[in-house]
Amino acid sequence: MTRFAWLQARTQTAIAAAALAAAAVVAVVTGPRLLHLYHVDIVACHPAGTCESATTAFLASFRWMQVFAPPALLVLPALLGMFWGAPLVARELETGTFRMAWTQSVTRKRWLAVKLAVAGLASMAITGLLSLILTWWFSPIDRVQANVLTPSMFGVRGIVPVGYAAFAFALGVTAGTLLRRTIPAMAVTLAGFTAARLAVTYYVRPHLMGSLRAITPVVMSTGNGPAPTPGAGVLQPGDWVLSAQTINGSGQVIGAYGGVGATGNINFHVSHGAVSLVGVGPCPNTFPAAAVSSAAARTSAQPPAAFNTAAQECINKLGLRDIVTYQPLSRYWPLQTYETLIFLGLAVALAAFCFWRVNRSLT
Amino acid sequence: MNAMIETSAVGKRYGRRWALRDCTLAIPAGKVVGLVGPNGAGKTTLLQLAAGLLYPTSGTVTVLGGEPGSSPAQLAKVGFVAQDAAVYGRLSVAEHLRMGEWLNPGGWDGELAARRIADLGLDLRQRAGSLSGGQRAQLALTMAVAKRPELILLDEPVASLDPLARREFLQTLMEVVAEQGTSVVLSSHLIADIERVCDYLVVLVASRVALAGEVSELLAAHHRLSGPRRDPGSLPSGQEVIEASDTDVQSTFLIRSDGPVLDPAWTHRPVTLDDLVLAYMSRARSAEPARRPGLEVVR
Repeated sequence: MTRFAWLQARTQTAIAAAALAAAAVVAVVTGPRLLHLYHVDIVACHPAGTCESATTAFLASFRWMQVFAPPALLVLPALLGMFWGAPLVARELETGTFRMAWTQSVTRKRWLAVKLAVAGLASMAITGLLSLILTWWFSPIDRVQANVLTPSMFGVRGIVPVGYAAFAFALGVTAGTLLRRTIPAMAVTLAGFTAARLAVTYYVRPHLMGSLRAITPVVMSTGNGPAPTPGAGVLQPGDWVLSAQTINGSGQVIGAYGGVGATGNINFHVSHGAVSLVGVGPCPNTFPAAAVSSAAARTSAQPPAAFNTAAQECINKLGLRDIVTYQPLSRYWPLQTYETLIFLGLAVALAAFCFWRVNRSLT
Repeated sequence: MNAMIETSAVGKRYGRRWALRDCTLAIPAGKVVGLVGPNGAGKTTLLQLAAGLLYPTSGTVTVLGGEPGSSPAQLAKVGFVAQDAAVYGRLSVAEHLRMGEWLNPGGWDGELAARRIADLGLDLRQRAGSLSGGQRAQLALTMAVAKRPELILLDEPVASLDPLARREFLQTLMEVVAEQGTSVVLSSHLIADIERVCDYLVVLVASRVALAGEVSELLAAHHRLSGPRRDPGSLPSGQEVIEASDTDVQSTFLIRSDGPVLDPAWTHRPVTLDDLVLAYMSRARSAEPARRPGLEVVR
């Protein structure tokens, strides 16, 4: 049976293997160049103090690889589920060949087990190898960007793509045995896989491990340059921020993203010489009168430094705090492992359903 | 009777529709059995149940002493050729034979398969998808034969073939039976085909066996009589009227009688298998409406 399953799967596997080999060649040719640029641009920039421009230049290299490779790995499991999984049983049902297959001297259970194993393992291997290639190729870029925990990167690195491939394949087979038609099964596979990926990314992954919480003072932006982000001083580069809320002195949530209100702004209101923090209340401290009148008159684009100092003191006195929940970068591999196991578990459950369906209900 | 297919009150339901209901029959071994009946009688369902492709909703099916499809050994004993004789369109003829070898470990007669394919003049490298309907059916039959089953089930294998391909297919089937001594159950609409190859007949109407027996015995036991008009009840007790038609002055009966018909008033003609099957089918059908309303009320 294994040889027959291979006979049926070999063309598609050969095509996928050829595409994978092409990707490997491209990666092997360009990878060392990228690593070389990393050493020239990034490693060397620290003593020279030119890291900002060097990083920009480095990240602009092999733009096409960055544009095409991650999306390819993103859609690969869905494609395998649609083109390998969905037809696996559905095409046999559609064309009637299942009657020939099931009346040879091999039980249906074994027929399905071997077909699932051969094509399923092939799709997992293809996806796993592509992920391995990309994870290796992108490692210098990932080191610079430190964003592998973000939703858009997490799924196209490491071992999770193997879980996705197993799940998408099993979903395709299941849809095929249920719908008995290849094309509708392909559509259902695409929709189901996309829904499962989104649901796990946004509703399951953040809670796979208890998130950490950082409480930091609210720091106002003054002058040019960005304000310190919530969690500054606690969060490390690459940590995955799940939520950033602002609380007042009594612990109530009054805003997000390091400010007050849904958009996270900090505004002061001056009225008859008295200053209040918009959305919170009057400032308990006194502001220097000259700074207040200067700020109120908007004589310059920036309020005077004395005003800013008093304003920061007002924020501190009002007891505003940033609360950030996050997953630290150090949990990258545990999160990868758990999510892979979740999708493998779903794949096994779907496969078990297929066995039941093919063996009993499909008759 | 040594039965190769035995069913006991077997039923198969799809959703709310019964494809076969409360069917009890026994088909003896060592025969080439023709299974005929109107559309929807349950022939296909019965054959697929016997092949293990379907599981009964109720009742039991026993084929060659075992539950159909229950084990590789049971599967090995039964060959099956489906209605559409579906083959793997993208695989070549040779790959089909390899499939047979792989999927029938220990039971595959590669020599027989190769010989049959050569006799048929099929190109081993040709894709099965590009074969003609007749060639596809022949390939499917070769697959079923070369696993050396004790019983081959054929579900209207010739229905879609042209007359020449049909004759060639049945020719092949008869050769196999002669060579291997395989038992066969063949369902068909075409009574002429059944008559050519079968020595045992089962007429199935609405899940019920309307008639079963050796073809030669059935033909010998039935007579078509015509003569002056008379009441069917006035016939001798050994003569069962299967079909009666009257004109003003004349009566025509199809009767079953184990003894000879002696009444000189009758013009006596032999019956054909066609007459016989049609008579039993229409008789079973006319009995049917009486049963149907009852079922509807129950539902």
